[in-house]
Amino acid sequence: MSEQEKLVFDRADALVDVPTHYCPGCQHGVAQRLAGELLTEMGLTENTLLVTSIGCSVFLYNYLNVDSVEAPHGRAPAVATGVKRARSDKFVLSYQGDGDLASIGMAEIMHCANRGENVSIIFVNNTVYGMTGGQMAPTTLVGQKTTTSPAGRNASKEGLPIRMSEIIGQLGGTAYSARVAVNNVKNIRKAKKAMKKAFEVQQKELGFGFIEVLATCPTNWRMDALKANERIENELIPYFPLGVHKDVTAEVED
Amino acid sequence: MSRVKFLEERCKGCLLCTVACPKEIIRQSDRFNQHGYKVAEVPAEDMDKCTGCTSCALMCPDIAIRVYRTPKSKGAAKND
Ligand SMILES: Cc1ncc(C[n+]2csc(CCOP(=O)(O)OP(=O)(O)O)c2C)c(N)n1
Ligand code: SF4
Ligand code: SF4
Ligand code: SF4
Ligand SMILES: [Mg+2]
Repeated sequence: MSEQEKLVFDRADALVDVPTHYCPGCQHGVAQRLAGELLTEMGLTENTLLVTSIGCSVFLYNYLNVDSVEAPHGRAPAVATGVKRARSDKFVLSYQGDGDLASIGMAEIMHCANRGENVSIIFVNNTVYGMTGGQMAPTTLVGQKTTTSPAGRNASKEGLPIRMSEIIGQLGGTAYSARVAVNNVKNIRKAKKAMKKAFEVQQKELGFGFIEVLATCPTNWRMDALKANERIENELIPYFPLGVHKDVTAEVED
Repeated sequence: MSRVKFLEERCKGCLLCTVACPKEIIRQSDRFNQHGYKVAEVPAEDMDKCTGCTSCALMCPDIAIRVYRTPKSKGAAKND
């Protein structure tokens, strides 16, 4: 390394220097990296309590350099509520998959947001139950083949995929709700800015912060990482449009 | 001049970095790491095309890339 040479991309301190168990090309890796970078950049690492959930992100407590509580399946928003109410001085971050949050945990997320709990939740939507082998989730697209919808999701039987960040954006206690993707560099930069907002509303005690990250599950989509990444643009974004669904800080500034 | 370093034991060979690079200099190597993944690389002869933009590192799900940038010298002779 020459004297003037600068390291311009490095692992953030909040991220533990270990390999992850995720499959090649799995964008849980990008979502958790952005979270770790923000914890470092916002100086939150020391003061954060993490609530992890059940799904492929179950070992997140090994990857982020913070103290954590593992919540039962779907219950992370309820656990986060308790953690924050017991320790309101702490930054409380939760991370959930779409099966965890939008299926078994639907009640917990709705009421946590509606109560306006001062917590931030990262919601990784990969349209399947990844960890258990690719079963249909509430977010599975119409026509998408999964192990429990081998002929493709049928809207007349299983309903339409649920758009969580729109629904969360409708609730009174929500301070920020947005959907982002990490399928290209431009979207990754936007995703980090939006995630930062979802963190900041908690710091400012404005209410519930929610960020939905569209992510690949190459393994259960039965695609290589590049094809899976293309599916985000071609199939997911048209149904799950990217954007901000609520931002109380914008309303104040207007 | 800028350059990238691949942490080969962290690379899972997903090749997402190859489509992120605006200079299209990243490719799959013919090396396997200990986990059995065929790792990505920038061929030595192409490294001088790297601009240090960090796109590849932003795209990588496994934090397997480090990016180094050398600021352009401001006219001063550097070869001392
Ligand atoms: C009470 C309970 N029911 C079911 C399961 C089995 N289970 C584990 S993870 C999971 C779904 C995970 O899907 P998702 O939340 O989308 O996470 P992903 O793996 O896709 O990131 C299920 C149903 C469980 N662990 N506990
Ligand atoms: S099964 Fe899917 S979500 Fe789970 S680690 Fe593999 S690619 Fe990621
Ligand atoms: S830093 Fe930019 S130019 Fe260099 S290899 Fe990575 S993407 Fe390509
Ligand atoms: S994106 Fe990362 S893990 Fe994937 S091939 Fe490139 S360096 Fe390897
Ligand atoms: Mg999932």
